[in-house]
Amino acid sequence: MDRVSRAGPIRWAPWITIALFMLPVLAGLVGTLLPAFGMLPAIGGREWSLDPWRALFEQPGVATSIPLSVQTGLVATVLSLAIALSFCALLSHRPRFARLSAWVSPMLAAPHVAVAVGFAFMAAPSGWLVRLVSPWLTGWDRPPVDLVTVRDPEGVSMVVGLLLKEVPYLILMTVAALNQVPHRQLRLQTAALGYRGATGWFKAVLPMLYPQLRLPIFAVLAFSVSTVEVGLVLAPGNPPPLAVLAARWFSDYDLARYFPASAAAVLQLLMVLLLVAAWYAAERVVARLGTWWCERGHRGGAADALATFGTSLAVLSIVLGVASLVAMLLWSFAQTWRYPGVLPDRFSLSTWATHAPRLVDTVVNTLSLALFTATVALVLAIACLESESRRHHPPTQRALWLAYAPLLVPQIAFLYGFQVSLVTLGLDGRWIAVAWAHFVFVLPYVFLSLADPWRALDARYARSAAALGAGPWPVLLRVRLPLLLRPTLVAFAIGFAVSVGLYLPTLFAGAGRMATLTTEAVTLSSGADRRILGVFTFLQAAFPLAVYMAAIAIPGVVFRQKKGMV
Amino acid sequence: MNLSMPSRRALSLALCTLSALATVAASTAHAAPEARSWDEITAKARGQTVYWNAWAGDERTNAFIAWAGEEVKKRHGVTIQHVKLKDTAEAVARVVAEKSAGRNAGGSVDLIWINGPNFLAMKDKGLLHGPFTQAMPNFKLVDTVNKRSTVIDFTVPVDGLESPWRMAQLVYVYDSARTKATELPRSVPALLDWARVHPGRLTHPTVRNFLGATFLKQALYELAPSAEVLQSPATDANFTAVTAPLWAWYDALRPQLWRQGKEFPESGEAQRQLMNDGEVDITLSFSPSVAATSIAQKLLPPTARVFVMAKGTIGNTSFVGIPYNAANKEAAMVVANFLLDPLAQARQHDPNFLGDATVLDMAKLSEEQRRLFAPKAGLPGMPTPQELGAALLEPHASWMTRIIAEWEKRYSR
Repeated sequence: MDRVSRAGPIRWAPWITIALFMLPVLAGLVGTLLPAFGMLPAIGGREWSLDPWRALFEQPGVATSIPLSVQTGLVATVLSLAIALSFCALLSHRPRFARLSAWVSPMLAAPHVAVAVGFAFMAAPSGWLVRLVSPWLTGWDRPPVDLVTVRDPEGVSMVVGLLLKEVPYLILMTVAALNQVPHRQLRLQTAALGYRGATGWFKAVLPMLYPQLRLPIFAVLAFSVSTVEVGLVLAPGNPPPLAVLAARWFSDYDLARYFPASAAAVLQLLMVLLLVAAWYAAERVVARLGTWWCERGHRGGAADALATFGTSLAVLSIVLGVASLVAMLLWSFAQTWRYPGVLPDRFSLSTWATHAPRLVDTVVNTLSLALFTATVALVLAIACLESESRRHHPPTQRALWLAYAPLLVPQIAFLYGFQVSLVTLGLDGRWIAVAWAHFVFVLPYVFLSLADPWRALDARYARSAAALGAGPWPVLLRVRLPLLLRPTLVAFAIGFAVSVGLYLPTLFAGAGRMATLTTEAVTLSSGADRRILGVFTFLQAAFPLAVYMAAIAIPGVVFRQKKGMV
Repeated sequence: MNLSMPSRRALSLALCTLSALATVAASTAHAAPEARSWDEITAKARGQTVYWNAWAGDERTNAFIAWAGEEVKKRHGVTIQHVKLKDTAEAVARVVAEKSAGRNAGGSVDLIWINGPNFLAMKDKGLLHGPFTQAMPNFKLVDTVNKRSTVIDFTVPVDGLESPWRMAQLVYVYDSARTKATELPRSVPALLDWARVHPGRLTHPTVRNFLGATFLKQALYELAPSAEVLQSPATDANFTAVTAPLWAWYDALRPQLWRQGKEFPESGEAQRQLMNDGEVDITLSFSPSVAATSIAQKLLPPTARVFVMAKGTIGNTSFVGIPYNAANKEAAMVVANFLLDPLAQARQHDPNFLGDATVLDMAKLSEEQRRLFAPKAGLPGMPTPQELGAALLEPHASWMTRIIAEWEKRYSR
């Protein structure tokens, strides 16, 4: 039996998967690129031209929006990386590090919007942080007039809001990458050579680790530069970052605005590509500086001091993130909560009682989309990995880039074009269209989180089973999947959380008809009752967290007779 | 298992996408008067679902729409699905996008809460179904004589292309525990003086929001050399001269605003939250009952009250319109008609729900129907009609569009 036929129909899995998630991206990019250069015959654009670009740069505020996007995105990425690495450098040798890092996973499960909305309340001049110290310490009987925090023109609050989510994400990515590196031995060796803890880690472990972190970093960079939903809540509005401007123009009834909007979306893509290129260039410089630093052999502890500082920022960001979610939970039970009250003046169940019945449709949409897309993505990811295992086909770097593609292309750059395709197919606004749009983003996360443990699984298990006469399917179903139960469930939980948090894909593919907890939360964040917003953001964070905890707990229950499996 | 299926479908998808981009939606929609009988329309409406696209920033309105959904379900077997918008323009954009993609029937928007510039844009582009209001039995009850804004929307004749459902008038809200009634700024120049004394405690919703734009239009009313000119479209020739005093006033005001006028709340509701948080002292609303309802909902302190400018404030009417390509036009008309039912109007008039003035003519109602509108026993924060004064007519929609563009040019940088 030759290898290909032994792989069976499953050998098609990678191609089907790639088609399913790349088609929307490619169709969407084409649908955005053409109008950016004047081609959109449906509304009268029939000639190639640069007018959309001229129109874009004539829009008021664009000259501020572009640097604002670059600045907030870049600073958020650099800081979250530095903080996450500090945390791991200082603590990764600890025996309980794995359990410690599991503590950051709730922040990973909570959608960006939920965290941003909570943080906006924390940081406002009338917010929780000021209330904690007012008026007894500050003398502020009323919220201070000259304290500019949330939606500040420099985008500081936007950067902090992004950090609350990106630091935990990069910590978990680093933890995953550490499993592939003999970091404990390296640490002992550097210590034997007289290097202090974090310094030795930076000099010996980081260089081996970094190549595996590159793509997650780029995903963070692309998201931070081009996020719409976080921008709507935390970025300045006058003018806002470029992606928010583009989203605003895409929803303008003045058709002429589609052209500069498309140009802005393409510009957003160019910005990400340029920043990725610049990051590569900067890597070289940093690598050279790092080599020089290593070669000097200095045993001083400056890096340790920095790592300690970075770690305290990591802890602070996790505390702030959790507090943001708690604040919104408190709001959902508040009757009134006026400045300077540290806690609600009165508690009440009325917000929940009034809104819970009306939430049913929204919750059903949210959960059905998340369960369906995470399941499909999981099945396809398993099929792809299984096909790889059966054909002994090692993954190439190119395949990895492909899997990351939807995370590296700014959402705004292809979702409008994708919507045009959906309208043509008569699918826009349908549940299945939204599910497809979600799948594009869910699949990469599910695949990437499952791929490492899958490939790390000792191939001898499968070979032993085959030697005992098991065919490829029993090997998959009775050996590989049970052994990989926990990573499989965690991959599902991650996919679930990603789907719950998606804003722009839901909005565009759903033609606004498909209300999920996230779209409702963004709509509500522009002003309505904070108590109701509390209900939405709490549920938004609670469902993914519940699924995540179930994913962690289930293997323990299933294998309670077989401790080694857990 | 036929595994080539998905890829074949994928290929056809790619082709469809390309052809979509090359398609010219040549067909233009012609407004055709609704000629069917009401019985025919209600019969066809049964079982339909109306996707009602309505701005969702106000929870009371959302609750009212949910109630209307229950009622039309019971009475006519029509389901309302509230598509919650951040901005009405989103729904207009969707209809435009569908037209550009050639979807001239079976559109995804059935009913839009609309008025002013959005209505003008849809009317101009031929995107509205109708005239249809003459087909609805309840439209006969509408006061089209004394409440001219029910048939003239921002100076543009409605021509039966949208149906009124609630009256609105600009009011300012203050906290009587913090600001004395005698110290209130009751004119536009006085507002500037007040802001100078209370730096950072005044703001307005972002000018892209209808209420923010109204804040400027209200100022223009008092500052323009003559308010007459606002009733005709703004032109390149007169816009600069007419608005010059407005910008001079605003340049002086802006540094005194919350956040030095560099950042603005997204909506009136966001500003009300700032007021409840104590960051600002004044908020705006198009609903005269806002103080009363906000007190009841614990969204403002019990001492919140409304005031208006001595020379009056801008008033207008909210409408619902039906896109030309709506999939469920019949049910949409049933909903529009239900919104004019004296029962629905009375509930909307009740400050416990929306507290807006009715669009109906009391003289056309039966004695029993009139009783539904009897004033409710004194709610704190509810202004009397005398306190509200006369509503000023909305300027032509072009003034709003141009003011927004000019504001962005001057202050968004």
